[in-house]
Amino acid sequence: MNEVILKIENLSKQYRLGTVGTGTISHDLNRWWHTVRGKEDPFLKIGDVNDRSTKATSEYVWALKDINFEVKKGEVLGIIGKNGAGKSTLLKILSKVTGPTTGSIKSKGRIASLLEVGTGFHPELTGRENIYLNGAILGMTKAEINAKLDEIIEFSGCERYIDTPTKRYSSGMTVRLAFAVAAFLEPDILVIDEVLAVGDAEFQKKAIGKMQDISKGEGRTVLFVSHNMQAISVLTNKCIVMNNGGIFFEGKTNDAITRYLSLDSHLSDNIYKAIPLPNKSSITKVKLITSLPNNVQRNNDLFEIHIQIFMPYLLEKPAVAIQAINSNETPILYCWNFDEQISFGKKSGYYNLICRIPQLKLYMGKYNLTVHYADNNGKNKLETLKDICPFEVVMFGVKHPYKWELGTCTYIEDAEWNINYSKEF
Amino acid sequence: MHKSNAHTKDEWLFEITPKNSLLSLNLKEVWQYRDLLFLFVKRDIVTVYKQTILGPLWYLIQPLFTSVIFTLIFNNVANISTGTVPPFLFNLAGITIWNYFKECLNATSSTFTSNAGIFGKVYFPRMIMPLSVVISNLLKFSIQLFIFAAFFLYYYLNGAPISLNSYVVLFPLMVLIMGMLGLGLGMIISSMVTKYRDLKILIGFGLQLLMYVSAVMYPVSFFIEKLPNYAWIVKYNPLSFVIESVRYMLLNTGEFNTSMFIYTLISTVVILLLGIIIFNKAEKNFIDTV
Repeated sequence: MNEVILKIENLSKQYRLGTVGTGTISHDLNRWWHTVRGKEDPFLKIGDVNDRSTKATSEYVWALKDINFEVKKGEVLGIIGKNGAGKSTLLKILSKVTGPTTGSIKSKGRIASLLEVGTGFHPELTGRENIYLNGAILGMTKAEINAKLDEIIEFSGCERYIDTPTKRYSSGMTVRLAFAVAAFLEPDILVIDEVLAVGDAEFQKKAIGKMQDISKGEGRTVLFVSHNMQAISVLTNKCIVMNNGGIFFEGKTNDAITRYLSLDSHLSDNIYKAIPLPNKSSITKVKLITSLPNNVQRNNDLFEIHIQIFMPYLLEKPAVAIQAINSNETPILYCWNFDEQISFGKKSGYYNLICRIPQLKLYMGKYNLTVHYADNNGKNKLETLKDICPFEVVMFGVKHPYKWELGTCTYIEDAEWNINYSKEF
Repeated sequence: MHKSNAHTKDEWLFEITPKNSLLSLNLKEVWQYRDLLFLFVKRDIVTVYKQTILGPLWYLIQPLFTSVIFTLIFNNVANISTGTVPPFLFNLAGITIWNYFKECLNATSSTFTSNAGIFGKVYFPRMIMPLSVVISNLLKFSIQLFIFAAFFLYYYLNGAPISLNSYVVLFPLMVLIMGMLGLGLGMIISSMVTKYRDLKILIGFGLQLLMYVSAVMYPVSFFIEKLPNYAWIVKYNPLSFVIESVRYMLLNTGEFNTSMFIYTLISTVVILLLGIIIFNKAEKNFIDTV
């Protein structure tokens, strides 16, 4: 089990920015001339660090720079990072779509990659024909597909339409069929890009379940790239965090996610701010204090909502209520402050309200807030803010003998168990 | 460190490095993916006529009209002699085999650009694509050959002095040579098109010029007689040898030169090998420049 199956050494990839034009040919000739004289490629010495936000100073950029890591047999490795950190480039090189500029990858097993589901699907062919075509593109032989055809069709749930051209399929059905083919690949090393982010919730659950089977039950080595921290924490034990084309952190998934979340602070996106009108009372700021950086909250940790209200004049019994809405648009949580609780608004100016939830019980998933503001003890609505302060609840670090699964519940209640025994009924 | 490297080196199944070895032709891998090759061929054949009204008839219209026009212009107006063979049949034979080459070259030369989507997502030996094109084009060729056979029979029954030649047993080899030439040249061009699209524009034009020096609408002997100074262009063009030989086999006109046959075989193999080498070099990083 401790055998190294994949070894990446000093891997770098350089890209040329801008368009291919007349300048390209002069660079190509220059490069060729250096090669002919046995000298090093002059353009390898230059190049910027891969940082999307800063302005380029050179025409060349290193999408990956000196990447080194090893993957052991049977390991499920997550690769996380911001957009443009180099994850996809790494996957492309691993799946041989493009070559590295320097360095090498050594492998002891067959690699199959899933950068997209349904590659090569032809709309005029039937579902069955597309299974064969797509399977062969992904590296299966006809005999292998024959052996698994029934399972693939059953997993896709498209039996009825299997002899209909796929152009008559709904997009969801196409994705199901395509994923089904991919799920039955049997390489030694499986490289998966964010392909699970397709299909409806039920299918996503099925897909993640299948991925778990593949990695656990069948002992396959899997490299898994995702922005979905949930999927990462459910599927992987070890992670690599990439940043600006290099490896920023390598270690246990829980630590890696924490490091990843602290990586950048586009925190301003997650704070609601409004400039107050001089003669209108309104909410000027809503901010979350989460237990992890970047509006990520661990279940059962302290959670705070800070609301700032501007009051240019005195108000009669102002009231505030907060709802947390989950990704299915269902309100899950409700907190309020009416005049009976804490009375405020006796003076004009700014008020800072802090709603403190000592142990947030929401289950893992994505949420956002709806904030209601009213006076006259809630009778006269002044303002309703919807879809603000998105946050994510995660379960990693919350003890449970098995990995947490999506959709188990919407919140977790503290429960006390009591077990009595008697021999007779 | 060094010791352990040497120890583990042999155990790696494969290694991904910046450059492919120049001489690795990758043919073993192509063989591993043979199922995919046939599925692509099947896909091309099954899907090509979907939602067209005339379907395969389109394949007949083009060579027939071209032959009629060639007959009018080159034989009736310009008075090129085709001996005892009816000029229409003479032209149709040339066009049929030329078309196979043209279609192969045309389709394979855009391999990288037209398949960038699928190549960018998954790896399989890229050579599968042009190879499948050359094979599936055989269907089109057979349809056109069938038409030629029909006209041959028509002229024969009407008493035209035409007959097959015993060399006709070599006909499949001629088709193979045409396919290999189309594949080889197509792969060379497609490797260059990935970076410089200018070549794509050049192909349509270049193919037209090539047709005029490939003895499609005249016998090789005619060109040598009329333009002795430029005769080498036609003489050493493997395409014109194949076309001339095909007419010799099917219509018993012209000649079959054995030394030229060997020359053509060798040059075809050289072009094909060159094509595979250049193609394999280009496939590694084309996705960055396409």
